[in-house]
Amino acid sequence: MIGIELVIAEITGLTAPDLERWINNDWVRPQGPAGAYLFQDIDVARVRLICELRFDLRIDEETLPVVLMLLDQIYGLRRELRQQRSGALPPAPARA
Amino acid sequence: MARDATLEVIRAAYRKLAKKHHPDLNPGDAKAEARFKRLSAAHQLLTDPVKRARFDSGEIDAEGAETPRPGFYRDHAEGPAGYRYAPEGEDEPDLGSMFGAMFGERRGRRNAGPRHGEDRRYSLTAPFLDAVNGASTRLTLPDGRTLDVRIPPATADGATLRLRGQGGAGGGRAGGEGGVPGDALIEITVAPHAFFRRDGADIRLDLPVTLAEAALGGLIDVPTPGGPVRMRVPAGSDSLTQLRLRGRGVPAHGQHAAGDLIATLRVTIGTPDPALIAFLQGFTPEHKMNPRQAMEATA
Repeated sequence: MIGIELVIAEITGLTAPDLERWINNDWVRPQGPAGAYLFQDIDVARVRLICELRFDLRIDEETLPVVLMLLDQIYGLRRELRQQRSGALPPAPARA
Repeated sequence: MARDATLEVIRAAYRKLAKKHHPDLNPGDAKAEARFKRLSAAHQLLTDPVKRARFDSGEIDAEGAETPRPGFYRDHAEGPAGYRYAPEGEDEPDLGSMFGAMFGERRGRRNAGPRHGEDRRYSLTAPFLDAVNGASTRLTLPDGRTLDVRIPPATADGATLRLRGQGGAGGGRAGGEGGVPGDALIEITVAPHAFFRRDGADIRLDLPVTLAEAALGGLIDVPTPGGPVRMRVPAGSDSLTQLRLRGRGVPAHGQHAAGDLIATLRVTIGTPDPALIAFLQGFTPEHKMNPRQAMEATA
């Protein structure tokens, strides 16, 4: 888990206003309250993906949510398919 | 691409190929990552005037610009972490029945009557003795709910518990009124124990004994999953001697009889007592023993 400054430092081309807007759009869902966001690996990878879609592939912010929604559905399907195939995985962690 | 291609031409070509080959857009294609990395490297190289000049003059090869790249989104999205970005509402209403139909109605009960809620899967690491003896525990689910779970005796590593009606809500958006809630499926991982190991119905244990206990025999207290039990060590025991305590392994459950506790003795000398040292110095065995005889024969 890392804070927002580290995410911005780690990903070239990413600015704080971009990332904050993406969080407000619910494209990225870090944990914690605004001002003290914490990013897991998956969040950082997702920010990196959005950066590449946005800046390298020039997908504009009107179109991006459609791309993300379709991607999330594909990954949801693949996750479900995997579960069905293995019968058990990958379960969500529960705490005793 | 022409040697004199402009920056804008290169960028456009890169975008075109990247849209096709980006690994996160091709989650099922293992080779997409390698293709995309080559593509990124070429793009980086050709859009950096200094590197490009060196490449054009043959100073560096096409790989010269490849920078290590951290994991892709797809490396996380299909694992448990991906639930964070699951589509709306997280219960993925159509998928279950769709797969049910695809995979021979394994989940056929879904199709009978009102729509059945989704089963939810969770993982839980149980302490070794809780899994052997059975235990009740309270779980906190990722969504904040708590769930009381009874781990039955003799639960094996990887076993899945089904809690009826504790999964996703039934009915609801897609299914209308009167649905039955789905089940919670809890996959148990049994944590290793400091000294017990499970072997089917039996429990194995390395049991340290002193030289005197091994040589002379005697009663010692042995830990078992059900608490300490007094056991007689026969005189003349040795390291690796196995002693069995019947019925002191995994407790009886259902049709299964209780397993045994199998203790493997480990003669432990520790810091030798001065009297023992003195004794050994003056000790000549009646029958000289060479414990490494078998090794020397094969060496």
